[in-house]
Amino acid sequence: MIEMQGVYKTYPNGVTALNGLDVRIQQGEFVYVVGPSGAGKSTFTKLIFREEKPSKGSIHINDLDLAAMKERRIPKLRRNIGVVYQDFRLLPRLTVYENVAFALEVIEQRPAEIKTRVMDVLEQVRLKNKARFIPDELSGGEQQRVSIARAIANRPRILIADEPTGNLDPETSWEIMHILEEINQTGTTILMATHNREVVNRVRKRVIAIEDGVIVRDERRGDYGYED
Amino acid sequence: MSVGGITAMKIRTIGRHLREGRKSVFRNGWMTVSAIGATTTTLLLVGVFLAVMLNLNQFANSIENDIEVRVFIERTADESQVEQLGEDIEAINEVASVEYSSKDEELEGLVDSLGDEGKAFELFDQTNPLNDVFVIDPSSPSAADSIASDVRELKFVDEVDYGEEVVQRIFTFNEYARTIGLVLIIGLVFTAIFLISNTVRITIVARRKEIGIMKLVGATNAFIRWPFFIEGMLLGLLGSIIPIAAVTGGYYYLYYHLRDSINFDFVQLLPFNPFIWQLSGLILAIGVFIGIWGSVMSVRKFLKV
Repeated sequence: MIEMQGVYKTYPNGVTALNGLDVRIQQGEFVYVVGPSGAGKSTFTKLIFREEKPSKGSIHINDLDLAAMKERRIPKLRRNIGVVYQDFRLLPRLTVYENVAFALEVIEQRPAEIKTRVMDVLEQVRLKNKARFIPDELSGGEQQRVSIARAIANRPRILIADEPTGNLDPETSWEIMHILEEINQTGTTILMATHNREVVNRVRKRVIAIEDGVIVRDERRGDYGYED
Repeated sequence: MSVGGITAMKIRTIGRHLREGRKSVFRNGWMTVSAIGATTTTLLLVGVFLAVMLNLNQFANSIENDIEVRVFIERTADESQVEQLGEDIEAINEVASVEYSSKDEELEGLVDSLGDEGKAFELFDQTNPLNDVFVIDPSSPSAADSIASDVRELKFVDEVDYGEEVVQRIFTFNEYARTIGLVLIIGLVFTAIFLISNTVRITIVARRKEIGIMKLVGATNAFIRWPFFIEGMLLGLLGSIIPIAAVTGGYYYLYYHLRDSINFDFVQLLPFNPFIWQLSGLILAIGVFIGIWGSVMSVRKFLKV
């Protein structure tokens, strides 16, 4: 469960991104986070995996108090949260297989486990046959699937996707949504910040709209609600 | 949310860090060469300086410990007056022991110490021009001066001598050499550290993407830091190879060959065998220290959050 109470975030340059935000997200939910650019969506997601610290307020993920958490506990938190970005962030010189394995190697998993786990997640995102390709040889949708595979390789309880379809054409976007839904069905909480109206309106899920650093709308099966 | 295995480093992890560190050393090309070059130059000078310094120190120490205050007794003094003088000297603070040496013994010592050339002085056997002497062993070398001035106050003392000029000159020279050497070395050490930290920084910048992903998926800072640490250490190690070889070769030559052709009677070089090991160890330690400090300097900034 993710719980935020009265969360404020002001950056050192004086920009206030969050202005007293309250939210509660149960384990296993699928949540869209929508809103205009600069409304605080990115800050909201960054707070969850502790890339940023709140200026005020409390954030709890299960029993973990993120505001009080010590620096050295951050790795422990992040091993339970997968993150996917709009720009994929793959290592260009490594193969698909190596990109996913890298994420497990650097948290010191056993080599034998890494091997089977990488093949499992590549199968899950339907890229087993492209394990030896390098990112440049893949389409945008395929690259995003690699980054999803990497994000879920360590079996995180939460998956944060920041504009995962932002660089993709509509058809590829459905592919990605399909995979995210499958991951959600295994009990993983999914938080997806997005500007993609088509997706939000067709695959109906809980919608949280953030404007000027506060939640202005929170609907169980909401629509996108903006005209773009 | 078990965190059991995060802190303990596993053997395959050490292997990975070593591989990564070694890879960077070769990948950075000219930066690596310049960093190693600076370390080599530094350590070479450090090595030579240390060899000279430690020998000078040893030399000064042996002279210090040999310091004795020689009291020349007036020839007119009779036996009881000499005895009285001896007792007075013994009463002075910091006098460890006093020994009486007659003028005949003094002449014998002089003749012996000069070898063949000393034979000329045997002529004086009959009319010995020397004084009877009290030889004082001070409890510490620094006490020699105050003992000498106390003794000068006593009666029947002709002259007091403890070779103050020579001793003073050696100490002064030693001090100057030490100060100049230290300033030079500290400057060089910092240059080497700076160059190594720049080299490591290039690796870090080249790997920023990797580091970002590592942090994203929950690699610990220690895990991220190790390869850079090892890169710096390797640079320091590589930089110490030539200096160690040069200093060892040079000292070997000096100790086993040059020593025979120059008369080094009064300078005792530190024996080659333990000394060169200690010196090499010291050079290696300084090299590794330079490397580690250089890498720590550049890594620290990059690992925030």
